[in-house]
Amino acid sequence: MANPLDQLFVLLKQWLVALLPVGLQPLLSMVLSAAAIIAVFASLFAVTTLLERKGLGRLQNRLGPNRTGPFGILQPLADGLKMLTKEDIVPEAADQVVHFLAPLVMVVPVLTAYAVLPMGRNMVAVDFDGGVLFFFAVGASTELSVFMAGWASRNKYSLLGAMRAIAQMISYEVPLVLASVTVVMTVGSLSLVRIVQSQSGYHWGWLARWHVFTPWGLAGLLLFLIAAAAECNRTPFDIPEGESEIIAGHLVEYSGFKYALFFLGEYLGMFAVSSLGISLFLGGWEAPVSFLTWIPSYVWFFGKLLGFISLFIWLRGTLPRLRTDQLMNFAWKFLLPMTLVNLVAAAGWHFSAGWSFPGALAWRWLFSAAVVGVPYLALGHALAGRVHLGPRSYRYAT
Amino acid sequence: MRLTFLLLAALTLGSALLALSRRRLVHCALWVAVSFAALACLYLQLGAQFIGFAQVLVYVGAVAILIVFAILLTRSTEEPAAPAVIPGWLSGISIAVLTAGGLVVPILSSSLLPAPPAAPPMVTAQALGQELMTRYVLVLEVAGLLLTAALIGAVILALKESEGRP
Amino acid sequence: MIPLQHYLVVAALLFGIGLAGALTRRNAIVVLIGIELMLNAANLNFIAFWCYGPNPQKLTGVLFALFAIGIAAAEAAVGLALVIAIYRHNRTTQLDRLDKLKG
Repeated sequence: MANPLDQLFVLLKQWLVALLPVGLQPLLSMVLSAAAIIAVFASLFAVTTLLERKGLGRLQNRLGPNRTGPFGILQPLADGLKMLTKEDIVPEAADQVVHFLAPLVMVVPVLTAYAVLPMGRNMVAVDFDGGVLFFFAVGASTELSVFMAGWASRNKYSLLGAMRAIAQMISYEVPLVLASVTVVMTVGSLSLVRIVQSQSGYHWGWLARWHVFTPWGLAGLLLFLIAAAAECNRTPFDIPEGESEIIAGHLVEYSGFKYALFFLGEYLGMFAVSSLGISLFLGGWEAPVSFLTWIPSYVWFFGKLLGFISLFIWLRGTLPRLRTDQLMNFAWKFLLPMTLVNLVAAAGWHFSAGWSFPGALAWRWLFSAAVVGVPYLALGHALAGRVHLGPRSYRYAT
Repeated sequence: MRLTFLLLAALTLGSALLALSRRRLVHCALWVAVSFAALACLYLQLGAQFIGFAQVLVYVGAVAILIVFAILLTRSTEEPAAPAVIPGWLSGISIAVLTAGGLVVPILSSSLLPAPPAAPPMVTAQALGQELMTRYVLVLEVAGLLLTAALIGAVILALKESEGRP
Repeated sequence: MIPLQHYLVVAALLFGIGLAGALTRRNAIVVLIGIELMLNAANLNFIAFWCYGPNPQKLTGVLFALFAIGIAAAEAAVGLALVIAIYRHNRTTQLDRLDKLKG
């Protein structure tokens, strides 16, 4: 357990804290955790912008940025410098104070949300008893910041974009929370550390006991991912930004550093929601198979996070944008019923844990998978039945 | 501890006052969100962690947004030309002052209030859940029914005339 | 810890502010904001009495506040839907203009 490599950062922090007099130690401990979170995730943001531009370039059969430094690896630096040196323009009719506060209201709560996310064994800033609730509570202020940005800009495109964004965020927050509730219900705790610990140990001595390896967990992860993509305005759900329709929505009157802050806030939100998904369904810092436990826990966590980021980039490069009515229909008619059904499946799985007759595991799997699968097929058939999807005819292109 | 309390109390009351006295409705909505958040911090200080988080989730995340949407949908984002208060506002203010005074004076002069405990009590989410599912299960069901009724009622009320009635 | 009186005074003042807003403002939405603030003042009292009470393990105050929060959300949703419906009929949200029943 006390593998020094695994606990490297924990030991480092303890050593640093011990250097100070006792009275100042709790303060230093807090400052160190906050500084580490900000430094790590801000640099992850820089890495992600490069990864995203390069990855999208590859998906679109071009090279991506390659002028700054070898293979363009200095591109984030150049982008940052450009953002910082740009003129900060505030519209004359804008509500100056609200316009200024909106980016801050976006970034600061997202950063506080990281406090409850465990990033490795013993690596969590505060282990709240109601960690998941805290995460969703601070996430709720994002909607307010989007509204503030949209309204304060005094621009009809801004306001339209903000209203679309808020409607989308509220609609998709419901399935996001309900998909997380399955795990909270089965584990019986809202603390993310407890949730990750409940997934430790290995089936048959090698396969991890992650929630994703159960029927309801797999369905839950997929539902969670869809809702998460919508919650952070990622393609195919980037209607609020919609450059080609409403010219970037609530961001249209923002420039320079404030725009960069919004950008940072969106990416930090994506990392936070991905981390929550990893902690809930993919075992957080745990290794997937028992013979890989020698790799430190934080490497696993950040590896999984990078995997999620790559997935989001891949989706962005592949899928087209949805229409607003399609988006709302999808959230309320498909995602919400499916998350409710998934709750039933998780409850069935939880209460059948005591079955001990031969083949019990297969029956549990079959039952749980049927509870999720049958409504999925029925709902999908009912909703898709009205849409006639056939080969598309191109009139003008050949 | 005392300083935090004073700051939070001032923030709560000050932003509540601003929320009800600003002329522009969007400012009212934003200030009331600040007031709700400061109240949540007061709950945290009293040891009610779960309620504090639930307060932020429900009030800042849902009620403030609902108010904002209502403001946008009734097109009252601009500053109104008419006065913001009713003609008889002075009597309204005096009723409110009398009510608050009638509450504050007995509170300050009362000798029946319990002495403060050494530390705020700890309440775990698990204990809350146990209570909800055992002693208060009927209340929980009724609250769920009420929320469903409110959901359907709000949808029907906000439906367009031509679609809502045959 | 801070004496209980302080929390009660804050709650009483918050109630007063909410009442003043609800009684004097013309716009229906601000009146609803005032009512929400009054409900919140009551919640603060529940939590304060629970915290300083003789038996905090009973959780009654916390659960009452929890239900009050849930029901206040429902009240806000229905109230604002009513405001929107009224706006559709009369093109106004000013409460003193809604005087059709006046003889």
